[in-house]
Amino acid sequence: MNAPSIAAENVTVTYSNGHVALKDVTFTLGAGTICGLVGVNGSGKSTLFKTIMGFVRPTTGTVRIAGLPVDDALKRNLVAYVPQSEDVDWNFPVLVEDVVMMGRYGHMGFLRIAGATDHRKVDEALERVGMTAFRTRQIGELSGGQKKRVFLARALAQESSIILLDEPFTGVDVKTETAIVDLLRDLRAKNHLMLVSTHNLGSVPDFCDQVVLINRTLLAAGPTATTFTQANLEKAFGGVLRHFKLAGRDLHADDDRRSVTVLTDDERALVFYGENGGGGANRNADPEDDAK
Amino acid sequence: MSELLVPFQYDYMVKAMWVSGLVGATCAFLSAYLMLKGWSLMGDALAHSIVPGVAGAYLLKIPFAAGAFFAGLLAAIGMWFVRQRSKLREDAVIGIVFTSFFAFGLLLVSINPTAVNVQSIVLGNILGITDGDAAQVAVISVISLSVLALKWKDLMVTFFDETHARTSGLNPTALKILFFTLLSACTVAALQTVGACLVIAMVVTPGATAYLLTDRFGRLLVFSVAIGAATSIIGTYISYFLDGATGGVIVVLQTLVFLAAFVFAPKHGLLASHRAARTEAS
Repeated sequence: MNAPSIAAENVTVTYSNGHVALKDVTFTLGAGTICGLVGVNGSGKSTLFKTIMGFVRPTTGTVRIAGLPVDDALKRNLVAYVPQSEDVDWNFPVLVEDVVMMGRYGHMGFLRIAGATDHRKVDEALERVGMTAFRTRQIGELSGGQKKRVFLARALAQESSIILLDEPFTGVDVKTETAIVDLLRDLRAKNHLMLVSTHNLGSVPDFCDQVVLINRTLLAAGPTATTFTQANLEKAFGGVLRHFKLAGRDLHADDDRRSVTVLTDDERALVFYGENGGGGANRNADPEDDAK
Repeated sequence: MSELLVPFQYDYMVKAMWVSGLVGATCAFLSAYLMLKGWSLMGDALAHSIVPGVAGAYLLKIPFAAGAFFAGLLAAIGMWFVRQRSKLREDAVIGIVFTSFFAFGLLLVSINPTAVNVQSIVLGNILGITDGDAAQVAVISVISLSVLALKWKDLMVTFFDETHARTSGLNPTALKILFFTLLSACTVAALQTVGACLVIAMVVTPGATAYLLTDRFGRLLVFSVAIGAATSIIGTYISYFLDGATGGVIVVLQTLVFLAAFVFAPKHGLLASHRAARTEAS
């Protein structure tokens, strides 16, 4: 099987009403990577996802997955997708195990009849995300975190080496968030490639080794340590984020020149600490943790 | 006793029963998908839109299915076009297009009164169905049911999560076109049985009833098809004794089954919810 990779080259997407959603986006991601896709609402994150999934054709430029054109890669079951919770019809009459079994469809024959392997993979995936006890629940009866785990299990059962996750941390509890991050790290160790769109800035340095920052066009792409900097984030978010800077007398009793910069939207805040606003140094601060 | 068997002595009654049973089963199968997508009114829209096609087909002496299908296609394209080129909401677009088609159909029929009986389009005329029409309906139903039986899981994934369908190597666009082709074909068939006005019930009620009875899509399909077929056959049978419009009897039966499920369904029924609420409170 081909090594997982996503390569976007000069991708421009113009919708039929003339709206340019993405302009000239180029980046490459390889195996064993968790990449954060970061940008404000309307920055083209979902357009980029749709382009990678082949729902939207680039007006110019190309996307190749594992060296193949998008359609071929999808036919070979190379990509799994974990949707945003708002995009799922939770009233649909399917049980948890039915949804996870859908992950196996690409491996089944014409009539989609599940074999012993399929059932085993579903069992394993449910076990891995800790949802075995809920397997016969209708999906609408679950909590936010559990709902997310079901779709993670589906991606696991699908056994694709590339996984796209659309805002996986929205509406989930801290426990699930940690579980998701652990799972992603496991998969990274197994050489998978994960692209995670998120506006949860604080957790990005925690688990992403690569970041892609976009706002209608590519702002920056590369390793988190050198790319996820205050300067680049301010470019990506402009005035959208709340921005606090504490320095001098507010922070230190002595003449320490380091300052604290807090960038936050609403959930986990991103904190920069150090001289000159603290280049790439970062640690995330969770207000709830501090309160404990 | 023998009184109850009388309908079976008439060929036209036997024919009406199996034809409507087939149509009821096929429509019920499609209804399971339609009502989940919030597209229930689409069936109604299509059924009304094909009226001018049927009238035109009788005028030109071509098979009614061809004319109906052509009109349905035109209506679908019309809806798609208006939707693309305006900011109107879907329900308004559907409303405008299907009423225009229906009105045009009625006009066509009224200025050519000899061509076809308005009442048989609007209310259906299963008891008077010709052998040729019965054969057409049977062919449509059998083909549709076979395709659905083979592809129901692919359609389920497409309707549940189109993106995932794509990543599993399916082609959602092709599957949706397949679905709407089957839907148009089946509304043509149902038109003969219960008429344009009541087709909506055939492609909504069985699915909605089954939805209240189960949380699994596979079972929902089985329940839905069983309800659709049974109510159609029994409805036709009863209409012999009532001497009433067959379509009316079938749909009233379906409504009764729905109401029963609405009240008594084991998990989603009114009584069950009451019980659950009470246990929670105590």
